[in-house]
Amino acid sequence: MSPERASLTVSKIRDGTVIDHIPAGKALTVLRILSITGKEGLRTAVLMNVESRKLGRKDIIKIENRELSSKEVNAIALVAPTATINIIRNYVVHKKLRVEVPENIVGILRCPNPTCITNRPREPVTPRFKVTSKSPLVLQCVYCGTIIREDEIEKLLTA
Amino acid sequence: MGFRGRDVISILDFTREDLEELFGLADYFLSNKRSYKLLEDYVVALAFFEPSTRTRLSFETAAKLLGAKVIGFTSEEGTSLAKGETFADTIRMLDGYADLIVVRHKNEGAALYAAEIAEHPVINAGDGKQHHPTQAMLDLFTIWKLFNRVDGLVYAVVGDLRYGRAASSFIYGLTLFEPEKVYLVSPPLLRARPEVVRVLEEKGVKYEEKRSVEEVISEIDVMYVTRVQKERFPDPLEYERVKGSYRITLKLLEKAKDHMKILHPLPRVDEIDPEVDSTRHAAYFTQARFGVPVRMALLSLIVGVKP
Repeated sequence: MSPERASLTVSKIRDGTVIDHIPAGKALTVLRILSITGKEGLRTAVLMNVESRKLGRKDIIKIENRELSSKEVNAIALVAPTATINIIRNYVVHKKLRVEVPENIVGILRCPNPTCITNRPREPVTPRFKVTSKSPLVLQCVYCGTIIREDEIEKLLTA
Repeated sequence: MGFRGRDVISILDFTREDLEELFGLADYFLSNKRSYKLLEDYVVALAFFEPSTRTRLSFETAAKLLGAKVIGFTSEEGTSLAKGETFADTIRMLDGYADLIVVRHKNEGAALYAAEIAEHPVINAGDGKQHHPTQAMLDLFTIWKLFNRVDGLVYAVVGDLRYGRAASSFIYGLTLFEPEKVYLVSPPLLRARPEVVRVLEEKGVKYEEKRSVEEVISEIDVMYVTRVQKERFPDPLEYERVKGSYRITLKLLEKAKDHMKILHPLPRVDEIDPEVDSTRHAAYFTQARFGVPVRMALLSLIVGVKP
C-alpha cells in the first residue's frame, strides 16, 4: 500500500492533530504517551507500517478534536524523534511542529533505579532527567545519576 | 566559586581551588585544636536516616568545637517517619529549626531533594550508593597531608565500586586533580557504575579496570580499600558470592612501594588484615581522625566565618 493510497483510506479531519513520520511500530506507544485508549470517544486513525519515502516504513496517527501540549510533544520526541506534528483547523494545516528532544525531562518517565529517591513511595518528588546525548538518546537521572539508554526509555514511560 | 551558603551534594560541585581552600583551613584546625565560638549562634541539624558512627560523630564533634548547637536523630525509628511522615516534611521541619542540615539517607538523590526543599544549606553525609562528598574531602585531605600533593600519584581504588558511595566519591574527587593513573580494582560483579566511569572518561583521567590488587600492587602510591556494602545488595545470594573476595595481607604488601599508603573510609570487615594496622602503610586511622578538622573547615566555610 503506497502512502497515497493509505491516505485515501482515511478521511481528512476537520480539527485536530496529525502525527506523521512516527518510526514504524511506535504508534501505539505514542498513543500511550497521549493517554489515548479509545475510551475518550475521540475519532482516531492509526496507520501502521505504511510506506514512507523518508523512513522506508512509518506509522501515522490522526486524532480529531485534540491538540497537543508542548509537554506531550516533548514526550513524543523520546520515542519518536522523527515525528512531525500538524495541527489541523478547519481542514487545513494551522501549525507544523517538529518534535525536539528537550535538554531536561520532567516527569513522563520513572527512574529505573529502585532506590532512587524519586521511587520512594508517597514522596512528592517528580523524576527529572538530563539529556546527555540526543543521538543516540541518553538520559541521566538528576537525583541518582543513573544513565538511561534509548532502548530502555519506552518501558520507563509513566504515561 | 567558594563554599559560602552552598549545599554540598556531590564533590563534583566543587573545584580544585575550593578543595585547596578547604584543606588549608582544615590544616589550621588540625594544628590548632581547641574550641571556637565561630558558630555560636548556629544550630546544626544532624538528620541521619541511616546508621553512622564516624560521619555523625565527627560532624557532631566538629559542630560542637565550633560552638554550634547540635540537634538531630540517628535512625528513622523514634521520628515521625515511623508514623508515615514523608522525608520532605521532615526536612521542612528541620529547616525551620536549624541553620544547616546534614543528611544521610539510604535513597540516592535524597540530599539533592532535601536541598531543593530546604532554604538553609544541606550537606550530604551519604545518599545510598551515590555520593559521600565530605568523606571524599577528608580522603583527599589525608593524601594531601601524607604526600603534600594529590597530583601525579598512582591510585588503586579497591573493593565494592558498585555500591560503595565512598569509593564513587573518592573517584569523582580524584578527577578534580591530576592523578597519574587510577586503577579500579574489583570483582566483576562490583565494577564501578557507568555514570562513575563516564566522569573519568569525560575528565580525561587515565584509568584501568583490574580484577585483583596483586596485578598493580608494585605500581601504586595509594590504595583506597572499601568494604563490600552488604546492606545495598538487592539479592543476599549475590553478596554471599562476592564477600571475602579480596583481602589486603602482609604477604601482599611485600611487593608494595615503601611509601605506599592504605586508606579506608571504615568500617572494615575483613578486607584489611588487622596485622596490616601496625605497618607503615596503614593510614586509615589517621584518615578517620582527619574527619573532624575537615568538617570543621567545611562548616566554617559554608557559614562564611574564619578563625
